[in-house]
Amino acid sequence: MNEKKKKSKLAMYWAASCGGCEIAVLALNEKILDVDAHFDIVFWPVALDAKTRDVEKMADGEIDVCLFNGGIRTSEQEYMARLLRQKSKVLVAFGSCSHEGCIPGLANASGRRAIFDTVYHKTPSTENPDRIEPQVKTKMPEGTLYLPAFYDTLRTLDQTVKVDYYLPGCPPEADRIWDALTAIISGALPPLGSVIGAETTVCDECPLKRTEKKIKKFYRTWEKIPDGETCLLEQGILCCGIATRAGCGARCPKVGSPCIGCYGPNEGVHDHGARMMAALSSVIDSDDPEEIARIIREGIPDPIGSFYRFGLAASHLRRKKEKQIAK
Amino acid sequence: MSTFNPKIIAFMCNWCSYTASDLAGTARIKYSPCARIIRVMCSGRVDPSFVLKAYALGADGVMIAGCHPGDCHYINQNYKTMRRYAMLHHFIEQMGIEKDRLRLVWASAAEGQYLAESIDQFVEDVRKLGPLNWTGVWEDEFRSEEALEEIAAEHAEAMEVQA
Repeated sequence: MNEKKKKSKLAMYWAASCGGCEIAVLALNEKILDVDAHFDIVFWPVALDAKTRDVEKMADGEIDVCLFNGGIRTSEQEYMARLLRQKSKVLVAFGSCSHEGCIPGLANASGRRAIFDTVYHKTPSTENPDRIEPQVKTKMPEGTLYLPAFYDTLRTLDQTVKVDYYLPGCPPEADRIWDALTAIISGALPPLGSVIGAETTVCDECPLKRTEKKIKKFYRTWEKIPDGETCLLEQGILCCGIATRAGCGARCPKVGSPCIGCYGPNEGVHDHGARMMAALSSVIDSDDPEEIARIIREGIPDPIGSFYRFGLAASHLRRKKEKQIAK
Repeated sequence: MSTFNPKIIAFMCNWCSYTASDLAGTARIKYSPCARIIRVMCSGRVDPSFVLKAYALGADGVMIAGCHPGDCHYINQNYKTMRRYAMLHHFIEQMGIEKDRLRLVWASAAEGQYLAESIDQFVEDVRKLGPLNWTGVWEDEFRSEEALEEIAAEHAEAMEVQA
């Protein structure tokens, strides 16, 4: 074994995301050295000084694995998604944002106009008397300046380009990242298009005691202190564990905080929120239409935020429909 | 102007409502052809995702029809339908879909006439609302090849300077 084994090439990129996924990679701790032993990291803007043009100069399929986190909100992000797709053999939608939209995708509950209004005009700390907003093209004496176009709707990575694998989670747990990387190193990859992860729900990993669920009233997290033993949902706290993919080790419910669904829908489910609605409806303890409506209205004031906190962009409906303005 | 004929997806339970629609057929009761009936074993089989997918694929309205409460062939599943319906109503309203585009009807196997009337009524209500046009609601006028080409051109220019 004199000859050094040729290393695979790894790239990591972020689009509309918070940067937590990059940090999640560092949570591998000393295993990051093993990653380095097997991979040459060729492009990772957060950690390396490699430029887009370096990627543009690569041959098609030159990158072996690209971990792409973040949703697609701007034309620049779409450009990078397409570029990295072209240059990568395996493209992994890494983390909830690229997998199903996540928190940036929650902005699909409004639109570009509303986002711009909030960001550039309405926040208390904003002073913008000239109502300046970013423009795609700005003519200056020296020439025209370009900014990426800001899309009205956030798309997930697989709504933009073909994705080979998905790694769910906000962010993915270090152990799961390691599982995925070892699968790639050893070549023992699941069929294309699979989500790399467990095929069961958070409830399976949750140590809290479960009996039959019957709910008369939903409580917001600040309205009730959980007893620490019984299933949170049975106590009336809206916990998404019943419809969410396992893989996190039930971290939140273990410490009395309800699951918010960051691992996305379980295997075979497309619409996470719809599955939550189906499951919750089964356990509401009332057969009277008016009472049911009251329990839901009072207990779940924000169904998008409660059921689609992570999956709105990837859901069937994808976004809220804004009132059509008469032209 | 031609009248708008809404696309209606109607999920009907095998034991009551579908049989009711059958009865309406054998009795030659006329009702609107706008409803596309899908037979399910029980109204409790209708997962909320079926309804949402129907809208996403272009339905203007969705109807769920099942046995009267207490009459379910599977003991109490239609109570779950009742709750899912309430949950869906609450949700679609927040998503910008009018409540009247989703309707729950209880019709027993003997109520062919009533079911036909309910379908007509629903079609009429959705017709008043106009088309939903959900398909492509996420299409963006900004999402243009032009913007992408500009980025590519800019980068090509930068690369030339480099070389």
